[in-house]
Amino acid sequence: MNLAIHTPNESAKPVAGLKDSVLRTEGLTKEVTSPEGRLTILSDVTIAIPAGQTAAIIGTSGAGKSTLLALLAGLDEPSSGKVWLNQAELTALDEDGRAAVRAKHVGFVFQSFHLVPSLTAIENVMLPLELAGQSNARQAALEVLDKVGLAPRAGHYPRQLSGGEQQRVAIARAFVTKPAILFADEPTGNLDAATGERIIQLLFELNRATNTTLVLVTHDKAIAERCERVIKLDAGKVVSA
Amino acid sequence: MNTIRFAFVNFARDWKSGEQAVIAMALLVAVAALTAIAFFTNRISLGVEQQAGEVLAADIRVESPEAFYEPHAKHATDMGMQVARTVVFPSVVLSGEHSALAALRAVSTTYPLRGRVKLSQTLDGEIEEVQAAPAAGEVWVDPRLLAQLSANIGDTIELGRGKFKVTKALVARPDQGSQFVDMAPGVLMPLESLPQTELIQPGSRAAYALLFSGTPTQVAAYRDYLKANRQTSERITSIADASPQLRESMDRAGNFLNLASMVSVLLSAIAVAMAARRYATKRLDIVALMKSMGASQARVLAIYLVQLLIIAVLASVIGTVLGYLAQEGLAFLLKDLLRGELPTPTLEPVFLGVATAFTVLLGFALPPLLQLKRVPPVRVLRRDVEAPPLHYLLIYGLAIAAVIAVVATIVRDAALVRQVVYGLAATFAVLYLSGWLLVRSLSVVRGRVGVSWRYGVANIARRGRESVVQIVAFGLGLMVLLLLMVVRNDLLNNWRMSLPDDAPNQFIINIQPSQVENVREFFVAQGIAPPTLSPMASARMTHINDMPIAEWRKKYPRRNPIEGDSNAANDERRANENARNASERQANLSWVDALPEGNKIVAGKWWSANDGGGARLSVEQGTALAMHVKIGDRITYDFAGESITATISSLREVKWDSFRPNYFVVFSPGVIDHAVGTYITSMHVPTTKRATMREFMRRFPEVTAIDIDAVISQVRSVMDKVSLAVEYVSSFTLLAGITVLFAAIQATRDERRYESAMLRTLGASRRVVLLGVASEFGVLGILSGVLAATGATAVGYLLATGPFNLEYSFDFTIWALGIVAGIMLVGGVGTLATYSVVNAPPVQTLRRGG
Repeated sequence: MNLAIHTPNESAKPVAGLKDSVLRTEGLTKEVTSPEGRLTILSDVTIAIPAGQTAAIIGTSGAGKSTLLALLAGLDEPSSGKVWLNQAELTALDEDGRAAVRAKHVGFVFQSFHLVPSLTAIENVMLPLELAGQSNARQAALEVLDKVGLAPRAGHYPRQLSGGEQQRVAIARAFVTKPAILFADEPTGNLDAATGERIIQLLFELNRATNTTLVLVTHDKAIAERCERVIKLDAGKVVSA
Repeated sequence: MNTIRFAFVNFARDWKSGEQAVIAMALLVAVAALTAIAFFTNRISLGVEQQAGEVLAADIRVESPEAFYEPHAKHATDMGMQVARTVVFPSVVLSGEHSALAALRAVSTTYPLRGRVKLSQTLDGEIEEVQAAPAAGEVWVDPRLLAQLSANIGDTIELGRGKFKVTKALVARPDQGSQFVDMAPGVLMPLESLPQTELIQPGSRAAYALLFSGTPTQVAAYRDYLKANRQTSERITSIADASPQLRESMDRAGNFLNLASMVSVLLSAIAVAMAARRYATKRLDIVALMKSMGASQARVLAIYLVQLLIIAVLASVIGTVLGYLAQEGLAFLLKDLLRGELPTPTLEPVFLGVATAFTVLLGFALPPLLQLKRVPPVRVLRRDVEAPPLHYLLIYGLAIAAVIAVVATIVRDAALVRQVVYGLAATFAVLYLSGWLLVRSLSVVRGRVGVSWRYGVANIARRGRESVVQIVAFGLGLMVLLLLMVVRNDLLNNWRMSLPDDAPNQFIINIQPSQVENVREFFVAQGIAPPTLSPMASARMTHINDMPIAEWRKKYPRRNPIEGDSNAANDERRANENARNASERQANLSWVDALPEGNKIVAGKWWSANDGGGARLSVEQGTALAMHVKIGDRITYDFAGESITATISSLREVKWDSFRPNYFVVFSPGVIDHAVGTYITSMHVPTTKRATMREFMRRFPEVTAIDIDAVISQVRSVMDKVSLAVEYVSSFTLLAGITVLFAAIQATRDERRYESAMLRTLGASRRVVLLGVASEFGVLGILSGVLAATGATAVGYLLATGPFNLEYSFDFTIWALGIVAGIMLVGGVGTLATYSVVNAPPVQTLRRGG
């Protein structure tokens, strides 16, 4: 277990060695206004994840896992606190600034795959490269599709693929930009146990091969235990790491 | 890969998903309908203008009592325009021992520039149409004149010192109906032969006219030239003011066709807004995904903007081509009815179509795209996160700006644009409010109806805002369709009313007071209802309220057309000023007992027999306005040395297009009876009794009878053309409306497919689901129909009393029609469009996840 985790009781100051972290937060808090009044979804989360590590964020439903993931990836803004991603302070950037950071350093894998139904497998994988303006998108996409074993199905549409295959396309899409950090939100949530296992294996293999930092949200303890580190959330607070 | 290239790639990929195709189709149908109308309107109005030109025998006519003003002719020739000349003067024509007064018309070889001369070889022979003038030494003579002269075709007649051979009977000239001035039967002779008659001497009274024709651009340029170079004695007539009735008809037709075009644009806008909304909604997840991959807001917006522009270009190009083909097909089908080829359209409709497509797309599809730009990237993790709503001012502001821009481009009549935009805005607000109230009140009905109805009604209530939008859209669509019916019926009825089948076809003038009884008896003997003879006296106006007329004119100068005011208002102003000029100089006056047919008292009181009110006048309201006189004012006339003063006791509205003798000023009975010079009348003589008129001319040779059937048929043929255009344009707008309704229903298909699958999984029969859908669309249809009828009536009223200048009668059948049309269109099309959805096996839909 890595020690670079602070419980809410510890000092919020960055500790020595944290600057090597590829992902780091400081006093991260997220509150929302609801009909019942102000709700604290995340409270004073300070963590640091070094490059190449695999980390699982676990917790019960509503513990704040997805919110933390969204803040770590700069998809959402915290009420207070700071987030650094690959030395860039996300919380100091506007939405477009954060998007630029994601374009360079971040990949995603989602529970419901989020493949564009009108695009073929290879077009889905090409999408982030095209958005980044790369010219050899098709070749690069085909290579990654080959790595996930789906090169023969490159021309198929998502509806023609099984759930596991769709998630493999999504993984290929996440890795094709060679991101420094890969965020995975319940990547096996929509899959049966056997398929889920194969997907997790693939994720970890690619993670090792590319030395990507993997941050995984899951409620599956077995998956969490395969990570080098487990961050447990309860009611918006980090209770163990 | 740059943004534009990515947008193109994305466009091609997106196309497969279908939503883009829907938006493109909506726009395509709209552009096709719009350009079809624009092309056809363009050709029809070019055709109408050409035919209107036939009434003048030219595009522009410059008349002068003095000799031809050569610089005008030279300028026109230099510009490449065609020029013809006519000289008209009254003269006695001799044939053997017979003589008769005739209007001699010497024309150049280029006459007529527009329209055709109708001739026949024998008096009752077949009619041939030629675009030519008689050859040197020959004349074409009105059959009535031949009857008066007891002459025949082939005979020689004497005109002054010249002798001419009658080679043809002159049945009609294109320019004979422009004004009722040339009432004597005419002789058409070659201008080159005029000198040998020696009839035109210095000081001779003759009317010289220069006729010009050319392309619309040349005509417009030449009009500008004439404006700057008009000689004082010249009277310039162009197509626009050929004849008051024709001009009025064309104005109304123009207004109507413009309204029809505008309605197509509005329908297209509704369709585009609906399709774009659906398109954007379906893109929310993809945009969130693109943003999670690092796409900036500007990038997202640029990508979809470029895609939108691609759609706009495709839709305008294909739509314009389809529009052209559609109108070409219809023009082909109608070519026999249209009598002759329609002119080739100008390029204007193309520009109009493209500009409109872009404006509508940007005005109505941009807001949903702006919304896309604002989709938060966190939506990739939580689908319930929506983009912050756009400011409603932006959404509606853009839409309204687009509508006004398009409408203003098409209509070009500020008053009409304003009125229609206000009417529609008010209707939209009312429709929206009513729709909202309806959705709110549905809960009352919900517990009291069967399961299918409950499902249908619940659907309307559950979709809340969407239902309101649908009701408003359907309501607006229906409203414009109903409005078309309202306006079209009014418009056509008004035309038909103004030209009934028994419209007078004979105009008889120069009846001496001593002949009045004989003329009446003649017609009674012939089995024709005797006409009402109208006395006519000439007089000069000398004083108004004891002020000499010259001073009065100085005190109340002429009202000039007002820049920026509507054409109709300025036309009326001009007409009134002309009436004033006529009334203040040598005026034709009459006296009447009873209010003449087609006249209406708008102020004061009509006199009754022996009411002891003294000498009174009734003045036409426009003339009164121009003359600055009102009830109670006194006008003094000089009747050949006798001064008569009378008080204005009423103002009349006169229907000038009734083909009946009408007067600007009429006296009460018993005041000017002794001053009456002649009587005039107009009457309807059935075609079967044509011989009667020849007999009449033999009995009363010094009375002039003018057959105005030719004039009427000329005007009627113009009106027929315009009516046909109106019908055609309406049918196109109807088609556009139905397509838009269909597109709107398509937008909820996915949702319905899922609901239907759910219901059927839960055990509902197909019948129950189908009835539910039918009741939902039925209710939507009924309400849209009621709202539409209300709106159409309101806007119709505004239009009728405003720019169209028609009388409006409230018609409650519009409501019935609205409801029936609503049920049939919305209910029928909606149920049909969702039929396949209900029929689809539920398992298929549920497996796909909706």
